[in-house]
Amino acid sequence: MMVLVSYDVMVTSPGGPGRLRKVAKACTNFGQRVQYSVFECVVDPAQWVNLKNTLEKIIDDKIDSLRYYYLGANYKRRIEHVGAKPSYDVDGPLVV
Amino acid sequence: MRKLLNTLYVSSQGSYLQKEGETVVVEREKQRVLQLPIHTIGGIVCFGNVLCSPFLLGFCAERDVSVSFLSEHGRFLASVRGPVSGNVLLRRRQYRMADDDESTRRIASQVISGKLANCRIVMNRTIRDHAAKVDALALKAASEAIDRIIDRIPRAKSSDEIRGFEGQAAAEYFKVLNHLIIEQKNDFIFTERNRRPPLDEVNALLSFMYTLLAHDVRSALETVGLDPAVGFLHRDRPGRPGLALDIMEEFRPVIADRLVLSLINRRQITKKGFSKAANGAVTMDDATRKTVLTEYQSRKQDTVYHPYIEETVPIGLLFFIQANLMAHHIRGDIDGYPPFFWR
Repeated sequence: MMVLVSYDVMVTSPGGPGRLRKVAKACTNFGQRVQYSVFECVVDPAQWVNLKNTLEKIIDDKIDSLRYYYLGANYKRRIEHVGAKPSYDVDGPLVV
Repeated sequence: MRKLLNTLYVSSQGSYLQKEGETVVVEREKQRVLQLPIHTIGGIVCFGNVLCSPFLLGFCAERDVSVSFLSEHGRFLASVRGPVSGNVLLRRRQYRMADDDESTRRIASQVISGKLANCRIVMNRTIRDHAAKVDALALKAASEAIDRIIDRIPRAKSSDEIRGFEGQAAAEYFKVLNHLIIEQKNDFIFTERNRRPPLDEVNALLSFMYTLLAHDVRSALETVGLDPAVGFLHRDRPGRPGLALDIMEEFRPVIADRLVLSLINRRQITKKGFSKAANGAVTMDDATRKTVLTEYQSRKQDTVYHPYIEETVPIGLLFFIQANLMAHHIRGDIDGYPPFFWR
């Protein structure tokens, strides 16, 4: 399934930049960065629990926020991209 | 059910692959081209001058991602394996069965019946769809000749006899393969199968496809814990993945040959994409290779009904299913090895 993860981390707070970096790193391990604080992750349920756990341990839930959008398995027709930085298709042919 | 994982093909010369966190990063000329999480890929295939960091290789071995190195033209060079995994008891049984004439003959006959039936499918389909454009009579004759060979396989007394039948059937099949080329007939002419090096465009395409298929089948076998080197139909030879070649037989006609034929017939590749070296070896250029890889990859995503497990599965998963069935047979869970019959 595809989960869209977006986050807001207060960088001006103490430890903010560290948390921001850690959140980004955890997301890269599971998905693709499509915009600065937006990741598209194709995961199975077990991997998702793992990622969700990791993320929620990193953030400070009083000042930071995470949003998950569940796009399901037929996510392809639910996403449209316009403009720069086109993404790669995880399920499509990967030839570089 | 196992998920069909993608394969990453790196064909840009001078690429560098490395590990970063849990991801694979592809760099070219110090520019990051692609970064993808390891859990989305099942294998990496590198063509020619592609470097991999040792940490990435270790990481891939740990995560059961097979890494193969091929020459720029698709000749197999090496693959990287981690610590031997899987079940030692299964492997021991495999060796014992490979030494036993009776079980070797049985498995070989099943594998070859699957292959020949699938060969006929390829021919019969062309007869049905393009009867007016092809020499239907020649195709029909070959198809019937192969059918007669299939009938004789169960009565074979030794695996050598089966190898003989396979050879006869292959001769019949390759004799008419040229009739299956419908478009661009003057540019793509197939007269006989040759390799090392392939001497014409069709042979170059076939060899390339067989290498890709071998990579996939081999990693499927390793995943289920079988030794890809010890085959039943193919005799042991150092460096040859005998069992992978055995399992591949069923898939050659329907996956590899048909892909090559449709690339030609749909004019997705042209003669311009090939060059001939001084020794007569024909090789394809980067763009053509990319087309073939892309088509193969998207073909693997198409689904097909598997009559034995009664499920609709992506074509790319068939290798794992057949490897699993082979493991089941070797363990003794099922009496025979059920080859995959295309419909």
